[in-house]
Amino acid sequence: MIKINNLDFAYKNTQVFRRISLEFEKGNIYGLLGENGVGKTTLLKLICGLQQPQYGEITVDGFTPSMRQPEFLQNVYFLPEEVITEDTTPEKFIQKTGVFYPRYDFDLFNKLMKELEVDLAKKFNELSHGQKKKALLACAMSLKTDYLFLDEPTNGLDIPSKALFRKVISQYCSDETTVIISTHQVKDVENLIDPIVILDRDDVLLNASFSKITEKIFFEYGPERLDNAFYTEMLPGGYINVMRNVNNEESNVNIEALFNAVMKNKEQIKNLMK
Amino acid sequence: MDFNKNKPIYLQICDHIYERILSGEFRSGERLMSVRELGIELGVNPNTVMRSFERLQNKGIIATKRGIGFYVCENAREMILEEQKKEFIENDIPEFFKKMELYGITFDELVRFKPVP
Repeated sequence: MIKINNLDFAYKNTQVFRRISLEFEKGNIYGLLGENGVGKTTLLKLICGLQQPQYGEITVDGFTPSMRQPEFLQNVYFLPEEVITEDTTPEKFIQKTGVFYPRYDFDLFNKLMKELEVDLAKKFNELSHGQKKKALLACAMSLKTDYLFLDEPTNGLDIPSKALFRKVISQYCSDETTVIISTHQVKDVENLIDPIVILDRDDVLLNASFSKITEKIFFEYGPERLDNAFYTEMLPGGYINVMRNVNNEESNVNIEALFNAVMKNKEQIKNLMK
Repeated sequence: MDFNKNKPIYLQICDHIYERILSGEFRSGERLMSVRELGIELGVNPNTVMRSFERLQNKGIIATKRGIGFYVCENAREMILEEQKKEFIENDIPEFFKKMELYGITFDELVRFKPVP
């Protein structure tokens, strides 16, 4: 479990987090959402020890990430958004990297490369952007760490690859794993991510599972715009209204509409979800 | 699988399992595919599939056996048909009558539209 308590972090003159607290529980695939520049990548870097909190603490199964103990690092992998362009094949890369990870599984790497349809013979710098992303995903997953953090993993993937991505991530997930996917492409990870974390400048606006969200919030698809909705948007064939769930009805979460509703009614929804 | 935007995903997965039981793909008394397997097949969060399984377990359509996992209960088929029939009577039939009235279709005419097998 990842526990973040009263965290402060700033880059030079830019405050990124101010006394934020949140937890990530095992056995989940978290979706980390937020507008550009709110600190999604920074949060992932802090959790895996690539940045140091300036106040407060982070613990991951009792380890303090910034101490960078081998026992901790061998169980965590962070796949950044920027793609490396090394003059080497993914196979050579993973053989070099794998030695640091006790559960690294070369057969799994080969299986994933096949499943994701990446050409094994090519070097990173000979692969297209999307192919590189998939090769790196295969590398990351074959390390079999309990903590896997993916920063914008579906950027640049073609349509069939996005479906493959959902399949392999669903496969990766177990009771022991915590996967955090930071993304703007919510459609790509719909039905995959649950719970959802929404970050704002300095703050955490939401950290809730779908069942908790639908308990409090109702997503109404209908012919008209409703005045008392948190957020309304026109969709083909009608409107989606994000409402307070007063009649205890079940509905289907629309992540984009939820995000917009939260951004427009920060304090109200924060209080509602408490 | 294409999901409908109005209905919670976990309920749509329940419907999906119903279909596979009714089609005979998942048979009574036999082991059901695991939460993981179905999650992977559909590209859906395993926790969501678990929620669907729990719902079906509460309804007595599937059950767990130690060491086996989930299996389909003996009278699952009948229970599903019963549930779907109830839904049909409560939701589809009133809607159907409303439309018949709206379009001015009489019972005598209705017979003419019955599909010929």
